[in-house]
Amino acid sequence: MVDPVVKPMSWGRYPRLAQHVVGMSDRHAALPLPTEGSVLPYGLGRSYGDSCLNGGGTLIATRGLDRFISFDKESGEIACEAGVSLAEIIEVALPHGWFLPVTPGTKFVTLGGAIANDVHGKNHHREGTFGCHVKSFELLRSDGTRLACSPETNADHFAATIGGLGLTGLVTMATLQLKRVASAFLGGQSIKFGGLDEFFELSAESAASHEYVVSWIDCLGSGETLGRGHFLRANILSAEEAAGRKQRKALPLTVPVMPPVSLVNHLTLKAFNAAYYNRQSPRVAEKIWDVDSFHYPLDAIANWNRIYGPRGFLQYQVVVPTADQRDVSEALLEEIARSGKGSFLVVLKVFGDRPSPGLLSFPMPGTTLALDFPILGDETFKLLDRLDAIVMEAKGRIYPAKDARMSPASFARGYPNLETFRKFVDPRMNSSFARRVMERA
Amino acid sequence: MSRVMIFGATSAIAQEAARSFAKDGASFFLVARNQTALADIAADLKVRGAQSVATHIADLSDLDSLSGLCDKGRAALGGIDVALIAHGILPDQKACETSVDATLGALRVNALSPAALMIRLGEILVAQGSGSLVVISSVAGDRGRPSNYVYGASKALLSVMGEGMAFALGRAGVNVLVVKPGFVDTPMTAEFPKGALWASAKSVGEEIAAAVRKGKRGIIYAPFWWRFIMLIIRFAPGFIVSKI
Ligand SMILES: Cc1cc2nc3c(=O)[nH]c(=O)nc-3n(C[C@H](O)[C@H](O)[C@H](O)COP(=O)(O)OP(=O)(O)OC[C@H]3O[C@@H](n4cnc5c(N)ncnc54)[C@H](O)[C@@H]3O)c2cc1C
Repeated sequence: MVDPVVKPMSWGRYPRLAQHVVGMSDRHAALPLPTEGSVLPYGLGRSYGDSCLNGGGTLIATRGLDRFISFDKESGEIACEAGVSLAEIIEVALPHGWFLPVTPGTKFVTLGGAIANDVHGKNHHREGTFGCHVKSFELLRSDGTRLACSPETNADHFAATIGGLGLTGLVTMATLQLKRVASAFLGGQSIKFGGLDEFFELSAESAASHEYVVSWIDCLGSGETLGRGHFLRANILSAEEAAGRKQRKALPLTVPVMPPVSLVNHLTLKAFNAAYYNRQSPRVAEKIWDVDSFHYPLDAIANWNRIYGPRGFLQYQVVVPTADQRDVSEALLEEIARSGKGSFLVVLKVFGDRPSPGLLSFPMPGTTLALDFPILGDETFKLLDRLDAIVMEAKGRIYPAKDARMSPASFARGYPNLETFRKFVDPRMNSSFARRVMERA
Repeated sequence: MSRVMIFGATSAIAQEAARSFAKDGASFFLVARNQTALADIAADLKVRGAQSVATHIADLSDLDSLSGLCDKGRAALGGIDVALIAHGILPDQKACETSVDATLGALRVNALSPAALMIRLGEILVAQGSGSLVVISSVAGDRGRPSNYVYGASKALLSVMGEGMAFALGRAGVNVLVVKPGFVDTPMTAEFPKGALWASAKSVGEEIAAAVRKGKRGIIYAPFWWRFIMLIIRFAPGFIVSKI
């Protein structure tokens, strides 16, 4: 029959690279290796830059590995193939009172992808990263070896593969410890704050009282209004509190076609950010959400990444250590505000101090900042280089899952375990990201 | 809760239909050739909500064994609410063109085996006075094409037989359903957009389950608009069909 043409991309739709795709759907089978060239596992392509791409090489699409293996409804331990999505895990587990221990801001990621980027969520201050809850997995290497990895067995491969960017082998299946929840609803507050000092006070005060904490900052605020935003905090509702509530069925919204130019520009930005900040008039608003509206607001609009137009966009996420977090966050926000180039919203969150299990895990104690930039040419890249310099000076790091442009030096400085990590890289695995930042001169 | 028997349970479409039934807590009797694949699917369906899953390894081209197999499934499930016939191969058309054996071999798996199952299962369901008998055919059976007429002929047999049985068995309260999928994408690369004509195995599987729940009978296309495409192709003059 007709062979479909596939064009894999990352979520930022930048860079665009030609590459082959082979699928894998039997976890007991050997890796589908081409006769030459490198391979890289590819989950749902929700990484933004080039860490899930392998230009000139081959991607091994893992979505065919989508079978559940076991689910213990008493203990909350679930085993699945690595291409199962977090959305599918929720669908199976939530009706039995279990939820993901840690979730990123989209549920359309695979289990393998969540492990390979050691993703974090709004409860990092409580639960650490996704990898903290992975009990074991099987790692399939290109020489055919299958390694059963856990914190106890093959612990070195376990640590290298969590946050290992798909470079250490292909995870075929994993066992995850889910988290007991009393309901599918969350209750909490949205609090308007006027600046960074207030943000850090609210963060400190909420860490103990609230499981989920995150903030949105109006990134065009400057001077008096610099660092103003909304602070969101929530806990899962008890069964009594949630009684009678129904999960809303989301409307199927989509951005059906690519607009010819980015819809995000200085004018739309100013209007949106001001409107967003002012949408709530009282300082504190009590709120109730269901799981989807709280954790995955962006998932409600399919293909929202198209609004940035055909050139695509860059997402930028960094973490700066606790010591100078206030001043460095301020310096970053000032630089972004001055440029007027940032996206709608900056996400700001204080990470907790639970150690990340991966050699290259991104989260560390400190403050993380994330935002989108439409690609407007060279200026955009120069702005990000200036931000990098501030982050490096503060001994922070940049998140590979969101990166398409950091320098090899920035990567090496941010990730001191890089040299140890290299020993675990599979000789047949490579990515555009790895070639860009990890290859030794 | 429904009792579901599936032949060729490792096929992508069958798997997706089964997942949809599993959500409603169905019990399964699954038949396929590959032991490991079948065990993986059984485990998956259990996590997704299946009440129970029994598996049976069989070579469905062994025509003499098929009646016994149907009876075994019925006994294991205590009756059959849904029987789904999903096995089939894509024969090597080029090889078939010069080999009687290859052609007959393909027709045996794709046409004779399902036909034998349809007759026996039809009997069982009529005796029960209820149930759905679903057979997966293809749009390829609607018109002979130079590039795949052996495959097309096997599917044409299923379509015509199923359509006739749908009329005949409808009177006895049995729903016979012929499903004609269009281009179906492999689940391995289903995430990559490929153009409007391609449907995922998941969407086709879910359509089948939905049609069964509604008690549909007769012929359905999946997605439905293939009916219109095939209407045009059926009426297209030979000199055009000879080129597609
Ligand atoms: C709207 C949105 C919100 C997000 N929010 C957050 C957030 O809050 N926190 C956060 O941490 N991240 C967040 N992300 C990023 C996202 O969670 C990660 O990029 C995630 O890793 C994507 O998973 P994926 O399945 O799409 O993997 P891909 O992007 O396809 O691949 C990611 C990496 O995983 C590797 N990989 C995939 N499968 C396997 C496997 N089976 N074995 C080995 N390696 C494998 C790939 O090689 C690649 O290096 C967000 C992304 C989006 C689009």
